Amino acid sequence: MTSTNLAFFSNDAIYACLAIFTIAFFAHTFEVSWSVKNVGNTDKTEFDFSKTRRSGRVGTAMMILGFLLLLIAVVTRGLSAHRVPWGNMYEFSITGALMLTAAYLFAFAKYKVRWLGLPVSISVLLTLGTAITVLYRPSAPLVPALKSPWLAIHVLAAIISGGVFLVANLVAATFLIMERYELNGGRPVWAQRIPSLDNLDQLSYRLIAFVFPLWTFAVIAGAIWAESAWGKYWGWDPKETWAFITWVAYAAYLHARVTVGWRGRRAAWLCIFAGSTFLFNYIYVNIWGTGLHTYSGL
Amino acid sequence: MTRNKSTAPDIGLIGLMRWAWRQLTSMRTALILLMLLGVGAIPGSLFPQRNQNPQKVDSYFRSDPTLAKWMDRLHLFNVYASPWFSAIYLLLFISLIGCVLPRAFHHMKEIGKKPPLTPRNLDRMEGYRVVATDSEIALSIAIKWLKSHHFRIRVEEGGVSAEKGYSRETGNLMFHLSLILILVGVALGSLFGMKGEAIINVGDRFINTPTSYDIITFGKFQEQGSLIPFSLTATNFVATYDPETSQPSNYVLSTSIARPIGSEPQRVIIKVNKPWTSGSTKVYLQATGYSPVVTVRDKAGAITFQGPVIFLPQDANLSSLGAIKIPDMRPQIGFIASFIPTAGSSAARGIFSTYPEVLDPRLVLSAWQGNLGLDSGNPQSVYSLDTSKMSKIGLKALTLGGTYDFGSGSITFDGWKSWVNLQIVDDPGKMYALFGAIFAILGLLISLFTRQRRIWVKVGGSVEIAGLAKNGIPGLEEELTALELALNESSGIKGESK
Repeated sequence: MTSTNLAFFSNDAIYACLAIFTIAFFAHTFEVSWSVKNVGNTDKTEFDFSKTRRSGRVGTAMMILGFLLLLIAVVTRGLSAHRVPWGNMYEFSITGALMLTAAYLFAFAKYKVRWLGLPVSISVLLTLGTAITVLYRPSAPLVPALKSPWLAIHVLAAIISGGVFLVANLVAATFLIMERYELNGGRPVWAQRIPSLDNLDQLSYRLIAFVFPLWTFAVIAGAIWAESAWGKYWGWDPKETWAFITWVAYAAYLHARVTVGWRGRRAAWLCIFAGSTFLFNYIYVNIWGTGLHTYSGL
Repeated sequence: MTRNKSTAPDIGLIGLMRWAWRQLTSMRTALILLMLLGVGAIPGSLFPQRNQNPQKVDSYFRSDPTLAKWMDRLHLFNVYASPWFSAIYLLLFISLIGCVLPRAFHHMKEIGKKPPLTPRNLDRMEGYRVVATDSEIALSIAIKWLKSHHFRIRVEEGGVSAEKGYSRETGNLMFHLSLILILVGVALGSLFGMKGEAIINVGDRFINTPTSYDIITFGKFQEQGSLIPFSLTATNFVATYDPETSQPSNYVLSTSIARPIGSEPQRVIIKVNKPWTSGSTKVYLQATGYSPVVTVRDKAGAITFQGPVIFLPQDANLSSLGAIKIPDMRPQIGFIASFIPTAGSSAARGIFSTYPEVLDPRLVLSAWQGNLGLDSGNPQSVYSLDTSKMSKIGLKALTLGGTYDFGSGSITFDGWKSWVNLQIVDDPGKMYALFGAIFAILGLLISLFTRQRRIWVKVGGSVEIAGLAKNGIPGLEEELTALELALNESSGIKGESK
């Protein structure tokens, strides 16, 4: 296939992914909403997953299929431009969606967190949808500053960290919602299979503790690259500044947990705050910001 | 008679200083300072910074001078070199040292010590269980098991206390000490370093002295004469662009460099990610643009100016703007000009550039006559024309080789040259920062992924075991089960052999 054909193929694969993740999303919603049934003839409801087990499995199957197809889309996008597929914001976004799906499937294999399928599939849909409609740019070679082996290392580390930060944020948000329910008289039936507050709290902490060194590495790899491309390993470029702010926020989160003993609601809010500094950096600085990291192509 | 009403104890100056030091070096203060550093960094990313984008700072001053003046007083256009940002940075530095060094000494002492005594009530600890086994041999088996799993042990009467994972604190300290090393590297770089930029036309020679630079800044303790002696001639420059998107795909600058000046020159290729290095000094290729070459003649036909004039690129297709100033003509002549590398035109936009490479160039001139204002004493940009004392005399678009007769003389568009922007940096602190960063990551990995835990075995009437996970990483439960199994197995073996 020629480069152009590959690029078109990649675009078609992204559209197919949109369809598959939509099915995954509906399968997950169906699984949750149809498993509530009345107990006998009373108004009391309970949760019966046996009826919707098949729907849940369809959801997971679609997540796996979507992951594979998205992987193909990302790889062919890279092949079409003869380079790693993260040269502009469209490409960061589709790779980010791939990492988010991968993080979910990994967590699913290990902890059976099917309840996360719903928020993850909607996040992936939103990311891919924005990418193909708003952020899309034709496949093109890299600008000279990006021609470096550090592109693969620095950007991949940042994208993986971003994917895990987002999952940690979803978990922390779930914690806050579940806590609200429990304080106001208990969880509704559909939410009963979501893990206990303690487990949610631990899960988001573990995700962050796992990915914080990687984020530190992403920032440092960026500094090493900046030294060879721009002559300065740290220039307080807006993107660097916000990467540093995110780093400080997560460092504060880890200290708050380990040293000061923050748990539960306060830790969840701090986690969400730290995650939003990452999102702010990705969206605001890429699109409206100035500075040297303006590769969004917008 | 006066009475001292103060109830606070008089701790004196030394006491006060000791109190202040203790406050500053507490972990809480270090954390607050770290967060303040993060918050303090925000304005620098929202407002234009003078060293990154001086034009945008100027536009703030033009649109609202009073506000801009106040923002300037708060150093909002120069956040990262401002006194308040430096204050946070320095306080954090001191606080970190005061926090981490005593802990490092404490840890070094602690490392040689035995684990603490077994607590009285084991049943309050994690994973408590009673093992049904022979209590006589249990202790020796437990010690053997703990030793073979590299636990540090303290044997007590009727029990053993064991601990493992001291490297967690080692990693933790390594991480924080490395942060100090990074800060030292940053400080060395800014105190003893230098940074400068110079635009040179291809074909020209750059000599590394302060006067050759367009912008140059030295660190506080760096001397002006400390630049390493070399000369660099830009022999050739090739830029390639993607035909579909007009994005640059490669810049290659061929140079010949003589170090020291006058020695046999070397051929060196400089690219965007491939600077030339000599000691701690590096020369980077940063940007490129065009310099149209013109000849200006007076009415009699005598040449009053000839050569390339550096223009600044305005868009991705390298439409470039600049000023050509002829102070030697009477009256003085100036041109505001734009250089279009590949011309296209439309009714709405007039002439504009459609591609960054020079394929069909135009030089669009607006000619001005009067006083250039060069003698006014105010420094003037070489890229713009001060037309306050001048009047416009004409407008003309020239193709290559074309001549425009503006009345008191003529200007000919002879050709063009590429220019390159070289950035020259000397940063002696860089290696410290790099090593600091590498050790910081190693320390972080060690401290986050090492499990530190204690295990106790108490042998009395029964055999009790319990543990304590000092950081929240799971695994203690499994470990205790394994120990329980080992105790059970051995008693089983003993039972069989009986």
